[in-house]
Amino acid sequence: MPDNLVIAVASGKGGTGKTTIATNLAHYTARLGQKVQYLDCDVEEPNGHIFLKPKIDFSGAVTIDVPQVDLEKCTGCGKCGEICQYSAIICIKENVLTFEQLCHSCSGCWRICPADAIKPKPLNIGDIEFGKASGVDFVGGKLRIGYVRTPSLIKEVKKHIKEDHLAIIDVPPGTSCPVVEAVRGADFVLLITEPTPFGLNDLKLTVGLVREMNLPFAIIINRYGIGNNEVEKYCAAENIDIVLKLPDDRRIAEAYSSGRIIVDVLSEYLKQFSELYEYIKRIKVGINDKRRLRVRRKNKSGFRSSSSCTQDP
Amino acid sequence: MKEIVVISGKGGTGKTSIVASFAALANNAVLADCDVDAADLYLVLEPDIKQTHDFSGGKLASVITEKCIGCGRCEEVCNFDAAVFNGPPNDVVERTYTIDSIACEGCGLCVHYCPVDAIEFKDAVNGQWFISDTRFGPMVHARLGIAQENSGKLVSLIRKQSKQIAAEQNKDLIIVDGSPGIGCPVIASIVGADLVLAVTEPTISGQHDLDRVVELTKHFKIPTAVCVNKYDINVKITKAIEKKALERDLKVAGKITYDIAVTKAQIAARSIVEYSSNGLKDQIVSLWESVLDILKPS
Ligand code: SF4
Ligand code: SF4
Repeated sequence: MPDNLVIAVASGKGGTGKTTIATNLAHYTARLGQKVQYLDCDVEEPNGHIFLKPKIDFSGAVTIDVPQVDLEKCTGCGKCGEICQYSAIICIKENVLTFEQLCHSCSGCWRICPADAIKPKPLNIGDIEFGKASGVDFVGGKLRIGYVRTPSLIKEVKKHIKEDHLAIIDVPPGTSCPVVEAVRGADFVLLITEPTPFGLNDLKLTVGLVREMNLPFAIIINRYGIGNNEVEKYCAAENIDIVLKLPDDRRIAEAYSSGRIIVDVLSEYLKQFSELYEYIKRIKVGINDKRRLRVRRKNKSGFRSSSSCTQDP
Repeated sequence: MKEIVVISGKGGTGKTSIVASFAALANNAVLADCDVDAADLYLVLEPDIKQTHDFSGGKLASVITEKCIGCGRCEEVCNFDAAVFNGPPNDVVERTYTIDSIACEGCGLCVHYCPVDAIEFKDAVNGQWFISDTRFGPMVHARLGIAQENSGKLVSLIRKQSKQIAAEQNKDLIIVDGSPGIGCPVIASIVGADLVLAVTEPTISGQHDLDRVVELTKHFKIPTAVCVNKYDINVKITKAIEKKALERDLKVAGKITYDIAVTKAQIAARSIVEYSSNGLKDQIVSLWESVLDILKPS
């Protein structure tokens, strides 16, 4: 059994059924006795809990470090403002202003301050939840409204990947920094798309991203039959595996709309998910081990991590 | 000059198709694609690119291999795991450091702390942005490079350029295609806009994501209206969305039925209002009229 595998489920375009695939796969494999973990890294709009309905055992706040300036000690030298690349701290006439939302927690200002006037203080950017959902181990992150440190929260969620589980990561849509953080270190990426011009355009961007990051991947076409066959042509030309085609079925849309798991209500789709599971079993672990271990080692020491969970389960 | 931003907390709700239709219906607008992560509007509007510019939102570090003494100071100070001890040998050491450009956030600490000045700090090219002509008027859009950062800054830049063009060409409206989510590119798309139109669909996820997006627009005090796309997929949830919008004092600007013509229009590279002539078109026209109505100074 693929007990040590990390699979990221991603899609450039939103709304292509990424969460549907991720939650159904987790639920289905758990039914077969697979030790499986679902990690919701779509922290801006997390939806996995709607389908898996986990019983939450534990939750905690996730914080990042931002500067706290002791104006008594500050000499107004301006070094903090010089080192900060993000205009998150500025020094004007012996007065230091901080803009917490712009801070990347690089630690530059508190490292460099010669008067020792800056200390890191925690800023709450979101929450993380842990629970169980009919055999699926659930971890989910949720970004607070008005906060922008999406990648830091994703990083925190991923620290809770269990080494002896099949870990399924629900990746946020798009192709920029949150996606990079969510897929980084995965053994395999499943890219979900739909057979439409928008779907294909965004798929190409995501393929570019996973290739750039050297991650092995394959494609799942959702709402198969709705558009044209350009996605298939593209996959054939680029030599990309299509693992699964899920048809455009109004009943799937309806099950989805009311937050239900497809394999529970439409048993004819069990076959598709069983094929997907068989495909996953053939994936080799550790193609990307080097980077994964490197990131993990650092995180474990808890020492230079840019984010932290205030309580650990 | 008014600026309307179309967003959807949840992706795939038909936001871009609606923006393309608005572009066709408005007759004096500048169009801006701020969904820089997954820019699709160009597929329908087929812009004729007039100007191309590089976009640099920040800097990136890189090691000058010949100078590196392998001391590891960069790895020590980097909070982003970007300094890696995997570089080739040089005259002094067996192994040197390199910077993983995807992980690097351009904070510059390694540049500052390197004892032998072996790290360069250069402007990163994060993407390109364009000024184009379309059959419906000028358009500003962009392409973010693969795995690049600073999408928020790029969004702000596109909006700024659109405003400038609108001022120069006497356009009274800017129509912005925003991005999904509630993070930095979304915040950059909506801050200071005159109206946000949040497009959602009647699913529990759609409802949930709409709640978060509406909280965000409230946080930034931006007037917001709601559109329920594919409303007939689940009439019960549509009703619940409408009820909640009413309670929050949000106007439901329109409802659109689920129609395969939306996908067909996309394949034909046409906006829905150009492609379809049935009830679907009427629904979008009436959505557009009520958006204009909300925008009118009262
Ligand atoms: S920690 Fe880094 S990003 Fe944050 S304020 Fe200090 S120098 Fe700027
Ligand atoms: S510039 Fe900052 S983020 Fe980039 S490698 Fe150097 S220390 Fe790390």
